[in-house]
Amino acid sequence: MPEVTLTVDGKKITAPAGTLLIEACKSVGIEVPSFCYYPNLSLQGACRMCLVKIEKMPKLQTACTTVVSEGMVVTTDSDEIKQARKSMLELLLGNHPLDCPVCDAGGECELQDMTFSYGAAESKFMEAKNHRDEQQWSPVVFFDRPRCILCYRCVRVCGEGMDVWALGVQNRGVSSIIAPNKEDHVECEECGMCIDICPVGALTSGAYRYKTRPWEMKHVGTTCTHCGDGCKTTLGVRRADTGMEIVRGDNRDKSGTNGDFLCIKGRYAFDFAHHEDRLMQPLIRKNGKLTPATWAEALALVGKKFGEICDREGGQAIGVVGSTRITNEEAYLLSKFARVVLGTNNVDHHRTADFPAFAAALRGKPGATASMADVFTAPAILLIGNDPTEQHPLLAWQIRNNVRLHGAPLYAINSRPIKLRRQATQFLQISPGTETQLADFMAGSNDAADALVSPSTSKDAWLALRDKLKTEQNLVIIFGSELRGAAVAELVKFGASVSGAKFTCLGDYANSHGAADMGLYPDLLPGYHPITGSSEFHREWGRVPQSAGLDLPGMIRAGKSGTLKALYVVGSNPISRLNIDPFVFSNAFVVVQDMFLTETATMADVVLPAANAYEKSGTFTNTCGDLQLVKKAGEVTGLKGDFEIIVRIADAMGFDVHKLVPFGRGTQADMGQTRGAQSGEADRHAVWLEARGLEPKMSPFDPMAILDEIQRLVPGYDVSRMNLLAGNSQHTSLAQAGAGAAHKPELISSANDNLFTSGTLGRYSHALQSVIESHEAKHSEVAAD
Amino acid sequence: MKFSDTFEVRFAEMVTHYPTKRSALVPTLLYAQDEVGCLSDEVIAELAQRLELTELEVRNVISYYSMLTTKPRGKYNVQVCTNISCLVRGGEEILHHCQKKLGIGHKGTTPDGIFSLEEVECIGGCSWAPAAQVNYDYHENLTAEKMDKVLEEYRRKEMQ
Amino acid sequence: MAYLVSHPDEVKIVSRRFGQGAANLDRYLELDGYKAVQKALAMEPDAIINEVKNSGLRGRGGAGFSAGMKWSFVPKQSAKPKYVLCNGDESEPGTCKDRLIFEHDPHSVIEGVTIAALAVGAQTGYIYIRGEYRYLSVIMQKALRDAYARGFLGKNIFGSGRNLDIYWHGGAGAYEVGEESALMESLEGKRGIPRIRPPFPAVVGLWGGPTVINNAETLASVPHIILGGAEWFARLGPPKNGGTRLFCLSGNLNMPGVYELPMGYNLKKMVYDVGGGIPNGRRLKAVVPGGSSTPCLTADEIDVNMDFDSVAKAGSMLGSGGVVVIDDAQCIVKFALRTMKFYQHESCGWCIPCREGTDWLKKTLLRFHAGGGLKKDIDNMQYLAENMLGRTFCPLGDAAAMPMIAFVKKFRKEFEDHLEGRPCPYEKEGAVEQLPVFAH
Ligand SMILES: Cc1cc2nc3c(=O)[nH]c(=O)nc-3n(C[C@H](O)[C@H](O)[C@H](O)COP(=O)(O)O)c2cc1C
Ligand code: SF4
Ligand code: FES
Repeated sequence: MPEVTLTVDGKKITAPAGTLLIEACKSVGIEVPSFCYYPNLSLQGACRMCLVKIEKMPKLQTACTTVVSEGMVVTTDSDEIKQARKSMLELLLGNHPLDCPVCDAGGECELQDMTFSYGAAESKFMEAKNHRDEQQWSPVVFFDRPRCILCYRCVRVCGEGMDVWALGVQNRGVSSIIAPNKEDHVECEECGMCIDICPVGALTSGAYRYKTRPWEMKHVGTTCTHCGDGCKTTLGVRRADTGMEIVRGDNRDKSGTNGDFLCIKGRYAFDFAHHEDRLMQPLIRKNGKLTPATWAEALALVGKKFGEICDREGGQAIGVVGSTRITNEEAYLLSKFARVVLGTNNVDHHRTADFPAFAAALRGKPGATASMADVFTAPAILLIGNDPTEQHPLLAWQIRNNVRLHGAPLYAINSRPIKLRRQATQFLQISPGTETQLADFMAGSNDAADALVSPSTSKDAWLALRDKLKTEQNLVIIFGSELRGAAVAELVKFGASVSGAKFTCLGDYANSHGAADMGLYPDLLPGYHPITGSSEFHREWGRVPQSAGLDLPGMIRAGKSGTLKALYVVGSNPISRLNIDPFVFSNAFVVVQDMFLTETATMADVVLPAANAYEKSGTFTNTCGDLQLVKKAGEVTGLKGDFEIIVRIADAMGFDVHKLVPFGRGTQADMGQTRGAQSGEADRHAVWLEARGLEPKMSPFDPMAILDEIQRLVPGYDVSRMNLLAGNSQHTSLAQAGAGAAHKPELISSANDNLFTSGTLGRYSHALQSVIESHEAKHSEVAAD
Repeated sequence: MKFSDTFEVRFAEMVTHYPTKRSALVPTLLYAQDEVGCLSDEVIAELAQRLELTELEVRNVISYYSMLTTKPRGKYNVQVCTNISCLVRGGEEILHHCQKKLGIGHKGTTPDGIFSLEEVECIGGCSWAPAAQVNYDYHENLTAEKMDKVLEEYRRKEMQ
Repeated sequence: MAYLVSHPDEVKIVSRRFGQGAANLDRYLELDGYKAVQKALAMEPDAIINEVKNSGLRGRGGAGFSAGMKWSFVPKQSAKPKYVLCNGDESEPGTCKDRLIFEHDPHSVIEGVTIAALAVGAQTGYIYIRGEYRYLSVIMQKALRDAYARGFLGKNIFGSGRNLDIYWHGGAGAYEVGEESALMESLEGKRGIPRIRPPFPAVVGLWGGPTVINNAETLASVPHIILGGAEWFARLGPPKNGGTRLFCLSGNLNMPGVYELPMGYNLKKMVYDVGGGIPNGRRLKAVVPGGSSTPCLTADEIDVNMDFDSVAKAGSMLGSGGVVVIDDAQCIVKFALRTMKFYQHESCGWCIPCREGTDWLKKTLLRFHAGGGLKKDIDNMQYLAENMLGRTFCPLGDAAAMPMIAFVKKFRKEFEDHLEGRPCPYEKEGAVEQLPVFAH
C-alpha cells in the first residue's frame, strides 16, 4: 500500500492509503473518541463522537468513515469539536439512567469515561427519562434497554462476526431498540460477544451481573481450558472463603490470538471450579469406602504402593493415563515420571487427532504448520472434515473473518453440511468415511475420486477443485480427525504441490496437542521420538524402558488378566469416555487425580484432589501448535496442582527428585564430575540456562524448571521465552520432530463436544448446563406443539 | 399460509423486478397486511421463508414503517393528519372530533372492530387541508360535519 | 382525488396536462406524449446531459442540486448495472405536488425516467411511490403496463435497439425514506437507514450500481426541456434557476392549492395574490417557504423571490415547494411543537443527535406549550438545535434543527408568553394537550 501524508493537529503524519482517519490518528497517539466505530466491523457513522474538522469541508466530518487522503489537513481538537462531543454526550445522557453505582459496567464504561473526558456533567433536560424494565434474553444474556446507546456494535458482532444474526434493530427514532431474534429471547450460540462489545452496561452477563465491582477484582490473563483453540481469557478473581474465586471471564485487553473473540465456554464456563461437588481433600479407600484423609497419608500410601509394585513386579505392572487438560509441564513430567521413576512405558491419553502421523509427515519440512494467526491472514483455506463452528469456535471465527475482511476463498469438504459452508467459495459434501479416499485423490490418485462423486459433485468437479487448489498461494489446509495415519501423509504429500501450503491438524482438548508433543504415548517419547532407538531423552533421562508399553486398550486387557497391578490416572476419565467396565481394574491399585469424583475416581483406591488449569501455571499448546502461558487465577485452598502431586509421589517413592525436575544448582551432573556416561561433560541444562540468561529454579514444584527442560529438549519448543512470558502465543514447529511410531489410528476418538459441552468439565459447569437446559426446553416446547 | 390469487400473481411478478429477493419486501408486506389485516406471526414466517430472510429481519423492517402493523386494526383505519398545514386549518379539531365520535383514542379500535383511529403525519393533502385517509381513500377540506358524513358512509357500507 | 386550481400568473409546463385525462396513454400521446423520448433517442447521451445542465433544472426534491450535473457524475463504464430512481416518496409536510403529477400525468414521469436512463446508460428504472399514495400506485402501474404494451418500455424501445425496464415500487410509511440513500435501502427491502457517503449514489447506489435519483417533478420536467430546449427552460426563471415550480400553497389562505409559477416568483405575491390572502380578516404571522424543514419567514420577510438562491439569501430554503402560511391566530410554539413531533416521529434513530435531539425538543415543547416552561428552556432549545445542526448522519437532523432555531430566534416573545405557568395564549379553552405521563 502506498503511504499518504496528511496533517493532523499540525503534525505531519503518514498512513497507508485506505486507512480510516480515526485509525491514522490513533496510530500517532491522537485519540478521537467513538462509540459506534469498532475495528473490523462495518462502518456506522452513527454516534457522531468522532467528528473532526477537515479543511475545505464545510461541516465536521466523521473520522470513522473518512479515508485518509494526500494533503488532508485535519483538526481533532478545537472548541467547535469539543462542543460537538460534549453535546453528543449531553444528548446520550439525557435518556441514560444514571444508575452507574449498581451497573455492572460501572468503572468499565465507555460512556462514563467519555463523560469524564469531554464533560457534559450537568443536565439540561428535566423531562422524565424513557424507562423500560430489564429483560433476560437467555441464561447468560440480559438486556437493560434504557442503558443502550444504540452503537449497534452487538448487532454487528453477532451478525458479521459470528454469522449468527440473533440481534436486530427495531422501531425507529427514539423508540429504536436492539431486539432479539425470538420475540423475547435469543436463540444463538450464547457466545456473549454482544455483552463484551457493549460499551455500556446495556448487555450484561448472567454469569457476572451484580456479583462484584470491576475494581474489586484482580485480572489474570490466561489460556482457556476448554477446546483446542487456546483463546486467551482474562479471569476476574476476588478473595473467597476458600481462596480466590473466579467471578468473570472476558477478553478485556484483546491481546491474545483470539483478539476480541471468546465463545461461551471461554467466557462463562469457569464455574466448574466452584462446583459444590468439587473434591476438597484426598480420599483413601478404607473398608471399601472412600474416606477423607490428609495429603501426607495419601501421598505416603501412593508412594509406598507404587514403590512396592515396582520392586516386586517391575514398572510394566503399572499403567499411567495422562490428560489433555494438564499443562505441557505436567504432561512432560508425567511422561518422564512413568519412564524414569516407575520404569514403565505403559503411558497413554485420550487421543483425539493423529498428531504422531502429522509430525512424521512434516518431519524435515520447516514452516509447514499454520498458526491460529495464519488462519486469519491466509490467502486461501482448505478445510477438510470437522465442524469448527461447534468444535473449534475460534478457528471458525478466524476463518469467517478472513473470508469477510480479506476475501480469502474457503474450500470446505465435509460429510456434513457444516455451518461454515455459508462462508465457503466452494462446499463439497462427501459420504462419511470417504475422507481417506479424498486424501488419496488429493495426493494424485484419480481413481480414488470415484468414492467422492455424488449427484451434486462430478468427477470433473473434483479434478477442477484439485487443480484450482494447486494454483492457490500459501494455502492453509485444516483437517479434522477424520484423517489419520496414511491419509495424513497423503494430504501432506498433496500440500507439497501447493506453493507455501501450511497445515493444521485439529485435536479436541485444550492441550491435546501438548499431550501428544510431550509423549503421553506408550511408544513415543516427547517430540515424537520412538521409544526404541536413541534420542536426547534416552541419554538425558538415563533410564527409559526400551520396548513399547501398553496403550489404553492394552492396559484394560492387562487389568482384566490381572497383570496390571496399578493404574495412575491424572486428570482423565477413561471409564466414562471409553465406556469401560469399572470392575476391570478392581484388582489393581488405582490412583486418580481429579477435581471431581468422576466415574473413574469412584473406583479408585486413592483420590487426590487436583487443581484445574485456572488454578495453576504452565503452558498449553493449542491445536495449531501455538504455545501459550497458563497463569494461575483461582485458588482453592487445600488442593494441589498435578505437577506438585507427581513430584511428591516420586519423593514418597524415595526417588531423587533432582533427577525428575532440574531444580537447584548442578541439577543434572554436578558439572559432570561423577556420573558415569555423563562424566566429563558439562551440565547441559545449566549451560542452556546460562546461554539464555535464565536462572536455575530453586523449587522442585516450579513448572518453569520443566519448561526449561522442554524448551531445551523437545524439538520445536525453543521459542522466545520473552515473547511467551509477555503473553504472546509462540508457534512451535514439527519440522525437527522425531520419526514417530506405529500410531494406531484406530485409537483416536473424537471428543464430540459441541459449543455447549466440554467433557467432564462441562457437566460441572452450571453456566453450560443452564444453557443446555434452556435450549432443550425451547425445543421441547416446539416438539410438544 | 394462503394468500389470494391476486396477491400471488402480484408477488410472483414483483420478485422478478429486482436482482435480490428481499427487495420486494416492503411493498409485499403492505399488500399482505391489506389482505390479512395485520402482519401476523404466520405472515411473517411465510414471507421470511419466501424471501430467504430470518423472521427477525422481517420484523426489523416491519417495525420501521409506520403503515405496517403486527396487531390487528379495525376494518377502516381513520388516519387524521394534524401536521402543520392541517394543524393551522383545524386538523386537531377533526382528530378530537373523531375521538369523541368513535370513543377511541390514537391507535384505538372500536369494540365492533369497524374503526380504528390514528393521528398521522403529513399525507400529502396539504393544499386541501385538513385531510384524512380512511384506509387508502383521501378525504379533504374536512369539517366536523363532513367527517361525520365520511364515517357514516363507511359504517353504512359495513352494515350492508 | 386532489382538486385543481388556476391563476393567471401560472406558467403551465409540468402541470400542462393536469385535468386532461393524460393518465390515459392515448390522450397523453395526443398531448405530445413520448415525443421527447423519441427525440432523446436520436441524441448522444452527453448531449442530453448537456441540455439538462444548460436548462438550469435544479432538483425539486429539496436540495436544489443541478440535475444535469448529477447525471454527469455517473461513470460511463460500470461493471455493475446502472439505475434511475424516481423519488416519489413525497412526505415533507406542506408538500403535495408529486401527487398531482402521478395522478394527472404519470407518463411524464415515465418519460423523464426514460430520458435519464438514456442519458446515463441505465437499463432499469424504479418509480418509488409512498405507501399512502396507493391510488397513485394503481395509476402508475397501469401507465407502466400501457407503456410496455406499446413497446415504449421493455426490449428494443421504440424500435431503437435499446432496452429499458421501469418498475413501480411502493413504500410503507416513512418520511426518512425520501432521503436518497435511505430510499435505496428501502428499495432493497431494508429499514430506511441512510448510507454513509461517500461513495455517492451516482457512483455506488442501488445494489452497488451507479444510480441517478431525482424527484418526480424534476424528472417530469425533463421531457419538456428536451422538447422546448434548454434555453427556453432556463429563461423561464432567474439565472441558474431554470423553469417553473409547482408551489403547494397551504395553510391560512383563501385559495390554497398547487400552482405552477415561474422560478423566482415573489412570495408576497404568492400569498396575497395567487393564494388569495389570509381569510377571516386575519393577518399574516409567518410563512414556511419550502416544506416543514425550512426556517420560517416572518410577515416582514416575505418580499422574497422564490428561487433557490434568493430564498437562501433570505435565510431560508426553497426546499420542496411547500409554502405554508400561518396567520396570527396560530401559536408558534404549538406550530414548533407539531413540527418537532413530526421529526421526532420520523427520525430513523440511527445517529445520536437526531434521535435524541428531536425527542428532547418535542418533550420540552410539549411541556412548554402546556405552561410548564422555564426561561432557560428557550435557550436550551436553541442550544440543542444548534448542536444538532450539521452534525447528524443525514439532513433529517438539520431539517429539524433549522426551523427550530428560526422559531426561537424570530418568535422569542411568543415563547416567553408561555412562561410562568401561563398556558398557551392562543389556545382555545381546554384544548391544551395534557402533559404526557411516561410509561414506567
Ligand atoms: C429527510 C429527507 C427526506 C426527503 N424526502 C424527499 C421526498 O420525499 N421526495 C424527494 O423527492 N426528495 C426528498 N428528499 C431529497 C432527496 O434526498 C434527494 O435529494 C432528492 O430525491 C433528489 O432529487 P432532486 O435532485 O431531483 O431533488 C429528502 C431528503 C431528506 C434529507
Ligand atoms: S473457542 Fe475454545 S479456547 Fe476459545 S473460548 Fe471457546 S472453548 Fe475456549
Ligand atoms: S464513531 Fe464515528 S460516528 Fe460513531
